[in-house]
Amino acid sequence: METKKMAIIATKGTLDWAYPPFILASTAAALGYEVQMFFTFYGLQLLKKDLSGLKVSPLGNPGMPMKMPFGPRWFKGINWNIPNALQSLVPGYENLATSLMKQTIANNGVASIPELRELCVEADVKMIGCQMTVELFGFDQREFMDGIEYGGAATFFEFAGETDICLFI
Amino acid sequence: MNFDKELDARGLNCPLPILRTKKSLGELESGQILKVSSTDPGSVKDMQAFAKQTGNELLSTAENGGQFIFLMRKH
Repeated sequence: METKKMAIIATKGTLDWAYPPFILASTAAALGYEVQMFFTFYGLQLLKKDLSGLKVSPLGNPGMPMKMPFGPRWFKGINWNIPNALQSLVPGYENLATSLMKQTIANNGVASIPELRELCVEADVKMIGCQMTVELFGFDQREFMDGIEYGGAATFFEFAGETDICLFI
Repeated sequence: MNFDKELDARGLNCPLPILRTKKSLGELESGQILKVSSTDPGSVKDMQAFAKQTGNELLSTAENGGQFIFLMRKH
């Protein structure tokens, strides 16, 4: 049986949106797929050596439930519907929401992003950073993980054109 | 039923039970049996799908008070 292939374009640089590309890439690799990930625009944040800067913001994000990761079950179930105007005024609100989210993630036995990314690396998932975006945002390649490649759209298509599954996230 | 290796994936959530299963199978010889315990309800369908796509044989699935026990024979 010929090896199946999957390509993912990761374009988001927040804690919540870091999950889909790394979950799918690591799982596909476990199923025997050859996987390549192309990180462009804000997705480049997911290639940083230090991932502690990934945050999640409930501001202007009506789909995100704001729930507490502690207390009795009824308390955890409350959705704290805080108006955008108030969220934007409270200093450190994004940091607070991020730490609550990280706690919820840990409570539920969901892997951390550094852990999932490491599993992808171990499974030989190939990661490519978008050269153009690195220049555009003035990033320094030393900020990014070792062992990744840099390339452009044509580099992406070289592999993507041969894939069974191709996702834009 | 006898098994050759045991994996405790209790408390872990998607996709970790599958990723750990894959890793544990890598440490077995063809024909040997892995026992996996998990608490993730999603792992029931996922283990079936994993077995189907990788050629490893899911011998049995059992549930006992919110805990799932799988036996898988390495391809």
